[in-house]
Amino acid sequence: MHRTAYLLLADGRFPSGGHAHSSGLEAAVAAGRVTDLAGLEAFLHGRLSYAAPVTAAFTAATHLTAARMGRAPSSTESDVKVPFLSLDRELEARTVSPALRLASRRQGRALLRAGRNTWPSELYGQLPKHPDGPHQPLALGVTAAAAGLSTEESAQIAAYGVLTGPASAAVRLLGLDPYQVQHLLARMAGACDEIAAAAAAVAHKSPQELPAHAAPLADISAELHATWEVRLFAS
Amino acid sequence: MRALARIVAEADGRGGTRLARLRGEPPLQLRHTPDGSATATVHLIGSAAGPLGGDDLRIEIEVGEGASLCVRSVAASIALPGRDGTPSRTTVVATVAAGGELRWLPEQLVAAAGCRHQATSTVELAGGARLLWREELICGRHDERPGDAVVSTSVDYGGAPLLRQSLTIGPGTPGWDGPAVLGGARATGSLLLVDPAAAPAPPSVLGATAVRMPLTGPATLVSATAPDAHVLRGYLDA
Repeated sequence: MHRTAYLLLADGRFPSGGHAHSSGLEAAVAAGRVTDLAGLEAFLHGRLSYAAPVTAAFTAATHLTAARMGRAPSSTESDVKVPFLSLDRELEARTVSPALRLASRRQGRALLRAGRNTWPSELYGQLPKHPDGPHQPLALGVTAAAAGLSTEESAQIAAYGVLTGPASAAVRLLGLDPYQVQHLLARMAGACDEIAAAAAAVAHKSPQELPAHAAPLADISAELHATWEVRLFAS
Repeated sequence: MRALARIVAEADGRGGTRLARLRGEPPLQLRHTPDGSATATVHLIGSAAGPLGGDDLRIEIEVGEGASLCVRSVAASIALPGRDGTPSRTTVVATVAAGGELRWLPEQLVAAAGCRHQATSTVELAGGARLLWREELICGRHDERPGDAVVSTSVDYGGAPLLRQSLTIGPGTPGWDGPAVLGGARATGSLLLVDPAAAPAPPSVLGATAVRMPLTGPATLVSATAPDAHVLRGYLDA
């Protein structure tokens, strides 16, 4: 059991820089698409249906790959680097917005730095090198493996993060009542659990077969947001 | 109804393209519509309503080295529910050889009320192949809420993944028409341009809900949402 490690990594206070990102909420608020709690609820349902399955499945698949490597240290480095590289390329092909690719890699880089220092491991070094960092789900999967968590737990943290990032941004952007926002998250908990379980269940599949849900406005508003001169959140 | 259509385009050795194979079966009829250019143009003619629940339609396309093929359709296809709730399926599988070009520019897919439709396209491009690929999805006919539809597109270039996109709409998916996905837009679509000879265009904003984005690889994707099919086509015209 690694209950405390699980809570540490899921905690919004884990120093991975996630608080700098609104996951598209800032752009949705600026466009007038989200103005109140009901709008936030619709936004979060969309994030949970579209972004979370992809993020959680890539996190879980990375975790599974890393955990297998940890159990079988005799496997050569290239055995492991190939699936990591394949996960990286498949996720890259699912992230059509260059602004979102950069946001994912910057968050991955920050998470990797925090992970390396919190749960030192040789696993981190197996991730494919990229000047902007590894994609966030890959960094999360490896960190979860280094922390000794299960594949299911890694997927749960990923899905949970998809919800809590924009939810806490909403309090700052819209001045929503934090109690009501927490109540909303509690109401969505069951749906979040289901998405996480479904993601963990496909973690063993080949990277090509992992979910590829696209949300047009996520890409479009990320690109619009990237052109702003002044913004509160990085994405 | 199950149907298979197959198109094989080859360079004719005189700078043009000949259709080595052009075979359809109801409701997937194919017509070669020569326009005097080096590109062979084929029109898909739906000879029945649909796709209807239970239909399983498959289109196979092969573009050889140096050949150029353009596929269009004469009308929008309207995904309709079957009698017993069985899903309908349209599968497109295309390969393009080096120096070949495929332009896939059909009319819109309309997801009618109650439909359960899955459109899956898989494109394999050899290094040096060109592609123009348009997908347009309309959420319901006039004044109608759509059924459930999934439009999945997978493109590989030179053996590596270039684009993996799966758009799901309809009442079966919470949040599908909300502010994170379509924002109430009734039309959405994308236009993928793969051209190894051209430098990918930098990101640019084409409208309040339309952008052009360079992918990782020799490709650019225009993605848009719009209030209707007409406005959408304005963003995705090719």
